[in-house]
Amino acid sequence: MAPQPHDPGDLLITENQEELEMKAYCRSVFLATLLVTGTALGAAPESKDPIKLTIHDWTGQYITTHIMGRVLEEMGYNVEYQQADYIAQFAGLESGDLHVAMEMWETTGKQAMDESLKTGKTVDLGETGMKAIEEWWYPLYMKEKCPGLPDWKALNECAEAFSTPETHPKGRYLGGPVTWAGFDDERAEALGLNYEVVHAGTDAALFAEIQSAYERKAPILAWVYTPHWAPIKFKGEWVEFPRYTEECYDDPKWGMNTEKAYDCGKPRGWIKKVGWKGGEEKWPCAYQAVRNFTISNQAMGEMVGEVDLDGKKVDDVVENWIKNNEDTWKKWTQCS
Amino acid sequence: MSWSERTLLVDATTAVDEAREHRQAPTWLIVWGVALLVTAVLYFFHDLWPWAVTYPEAWYIPLRYWVSDFMKWLINSFDLGLFTFKEFTRSIAWLLEWPLDLAGGLLASGFELELGDENELYIPRLSWLAVTAVIALIGYQTGGLKLSLLVGGCFLYLVIFGQWDSAMVTLSSIVIAVPIGVVLGVSVGILGFRSPRAERFIIPTLDLMQTVPVFAYLVPVLFLFGFGPVAAMVATIIYATPPMVRCAMLSLKQVPTEIVEFGHMVGCSRRQLLWKVQIPSARPTLMVGVNQVIMLSLNMVIIASMIGAGGLGFDVLSSLKRLRIGEGIEAGVAITVLAIALDRISQGFANRPPSEHRDASEHFIARYPYTTVALAVVLLTSVAGAFFEGLHTYPEQLQLTTGQFWNDLVSWINVNFFDELEAVKSWLLLNVLIPVKRFLLALPWIGVVGLVGLAGYQLGGWRLAVFTGSLALFMAVTGNWEKSMISVYLCGISVIIASLIGIPIGIYSARHERAHRVIQVIVDTLQTLPSFVYLIPVVMLFRVGDFSAMIAVIAYALAPAIRYTDHGIRQIPPDLVEAGKAIGCSRRQLLWKVQLPIALPEIMLGINQVIMMALAMLVITALVGTRDLGQEVYIALTKADTGRGIVAGLCVAFIAMISDRLISAWAQRKKKELGLA
Repeated sequence: MAPQPHDPGDLLITENQEELEMKAYCRSVFLATLLVTGTALGAAPESKDPIKLTIHDWTGQYITTHIMGRVLEEMGYNVEYQQADYIAQFAGLESGDLHVAMEMWETTGKQAMDESLKTGKTVDLGETGMKAIEEWWYPLYMKEKCPGLPDWKALNECAEAFSTPETHPKGRYLGGPVTWAGFDDERAEALGLNYEVVHAGTDAALFAEIQSAYERKAPILAWVYTPHWAPIKFKGEWVEFPRYTEECYDDPKWGMNTEKAYDCGKPRGWIKKVGWKGGEEKWPCAYQAVRNFTISNQAMGEMVGEVDLDGKKVDDVVENWIKNNEDTWKKWTQCS
Repeated sequence: MSWSERTLLVDATTAVDEAREHRQAPTWLIVWGVALLVTAVLYFFHDLWPWAVTYPEAWYIPLRYWVSDFMKWLINSFDLGLFTFKEFTRSIAWLLEWPLDLAGGLLASGFELELGDENELYIPRLSWLAVTAVIALIGYQTGGLKLSLLVGGCFLYLVIFGQWDSAMVTLSSIVIAVPIGVVLGVSVGILGFRSPRAERFIIPTLDLMQTVPVFAYLVPVLFLFGFGPVAAMVATIIYATPPMVRCAMLSLKQVPTEIVEFGHMVGCSRRQLLWKVQIPSARPTLMVGVNQVIMLSLNMVIIASMIGAGGLGFDVLSSLKRLRIGEGIEAGVAITVLAIALDRISQGFANRPPSEHRDASEHFIARYPYTTVALAVVLLTSVAGAFFEGLHTYPEQLQLTTGQFWNDLVSWINVNFFDELEAVKSWLLLNVLIPVKRFLLALPWIGVVGLVGLAGYQLGGWRLAVFTGSLALFMAVTGNWEKSMISVYLCGISVIIASLIGIPIGIYSARHERAHRVIQVIVDTLQTLPSFVYLIPVVMLFRVGDFSAMIAVIAYALAPAIRYTDHGIRQIPPDLVEAGKAIGCSRRQLLWKVQLPIALPEIMLGINQVIMMALAMLVITALVGTRDLGQEVYIALTKADTGRGIVAGLCVAFIAMISDRLISAWAQRKKKELGLA
């Protein structure tokens, strides 16, 4: 797609960005405005070619990417946002069709990322500072029916409370899409949980079912992750499994079940940025800024909430962050 | 359409066998009895020959790795001499990007022109007023005031409900994809029409293109054409072009010989004959093809948005991911509305009488009155838009939304009726779905392959038997047997239920003119509303699992069952119905003894289409957590595993082809028995 019709540049210093956009967009009809671009900050960009940032389908990633995009625009770069699948994007990052991916989660994307890094065509751009948490989750009202929670040992006693007609008397646990590779089938078996693991096909289906159950105060046990709007909107807790260690996944002898691996919780991990290797030479300062990007779970959770719960527009939320955190992002843009 | 060509083949074999077969009826009973018995023995004593029940892993052919390796070679090393294959596809992508950017700039984003180093010139896009006025004008030209109001109203919906920006992104890619699809389709169609050898190659290719799920070839398309709108457009063209080819071949063949002869008599050259005689007289059927290309392109909007097309499809996906059901429905309806507007305009073009020749000496305005008015409108609205912002970008304060209403409605049903719905669902699951699934999964593969081959032999002779049997074998050999059987189970049950609902509605619609009109609108909506829109509310009410998938499949596959039944009964020659009345049939007898039996072949073709639709939905149902071939294709997509996706996609295509060939052969034979062929 052609780039969005707004323009970073000198005018930005004197005018509010939103107003500028409105004006550029509307008043200029047919009069064809002439805008002068220049660099607002630091040195001129090394290349005017657009840097393509990938966007996926969850709000948090959309926000991180747009914050990064705005900062790069402030530095004078051209930026394009490209819709791409979370895993399939590696093909594009390796060939240079895509340039920067802002969120690669250790919990779901590590394997694909390691494989891609091995080709030498992509480059690890460091952590975002956010920590991913993914685990079995239940709404607070279930604690009344199952007082032993959040300890995982209580799960078996409450299996019936979490059951549905098809799974009865086993409990029902709604896992993520098969592609998320959460090892839940293995976990249930290794820990001797009397639960049937059902896989939602997509993120959307997963949260649709959680919302449906929450509205009816019905039993639900499902895979929930954060940063995400769900744990903000729905009051609930994560089940506490034995703490994850690498040996637990690799070594069957580790943990309470000495014959099987996966007898522990899910890993909590970093969220990293990844980029096309060639970009490092093409836009060194931009890549430096991407490396410098960090944000906290708290700040991200709040912004995701503003978008998904209060219905604000992503662009407004991002613009707001840019306005209020100038000191933070100015530091990222320093380039030697 | 496709079967009528195939029938020629089947014809020859059946005609020979026919007389003999009638005498041999008892033999057939014995053969089937033996085959079923063998299968039953294997089913009950599965320990006897375990390899005949579950296909042994050691016998798998690693086809998917071969395909992946082939793709890798194609992308990385295939050299055409002067350039590599990837460079070739990339240059096509580069070419396609030009018109796409132009349309996108005009309708959606405006243009930014670089003037020297530091300066940029920004030309805005066309205003909503200009686009709506032009589309209403096109409506007026093709179908008069009524059509003009309809399409104008459709575009006003997009404006008022705040869908404009996304709708124009979608429209700009459709506007480019459709002409390319049509030109490609007609050229291939002409090739197939002129050369029977080419036709023999084209038809199976078309079958594959229409039945292999799109997800299966998205990955190679991404590799070869790069990420972004162009790749999405290439996928759209692959998906939407086959009906155009079929229509082109069919319509050219159907041109009456008298007309062609006349062309020869006046001394047309081969080229003149084609362009001045055959194509003009084939126009009505060609326009059906164009119409299909438009509809299928819009069907692809959601999937295209997954690989970077943006627009309405992206809105539907992203609002549903946030469980904003209302917003998703509004964006989904916007796709339907766009489809209806474009569909009616293309039908208007099809029905318009051929234009008269205009005198070249006339003034431009007199020669092109509509073009002149359109240009004037664009000019006027653009100038006006420069002074009144609202005329260029519809003000946000005046936008309407029904989003909250839909959200509340789903919540209300969920809170108040969940228990009743749950009871129905549980009963069906425990008594129908789960037992059928278990039964199919336990069937020995050898028995199934054998039975499918036997059915092929009885209906179409040796050729069909070998064809169906080997396609079934393919699923076992590539290690997809279990997933194929789950697909058969899910589609099979959905097809039966969709037929049970759809055929009575079709019968009713055929006999009541008023109901017919209402039902047509519903059927149109069901087919163009993206299935993802109702998939999420269905999950909220029925949980993740096979049942939700089944409902989604039924909703999508219902349309052809209704359409073909309606059409089949309406097509019955009136003298037959009159004869029935004359011998004193009651209305009910007329239906059961005359109309239904005669319409049966047509109804069976409808069911054939139901099966195709059900299989087409498999991939979408993977999004709500089924474990079938659809899921396999979807996993392959997210892991960018070309071979895995294509092999699973072929399995889906083969299920479709087996049922298509068997049903077509059966319908053909039945038609002949009834003396209708």
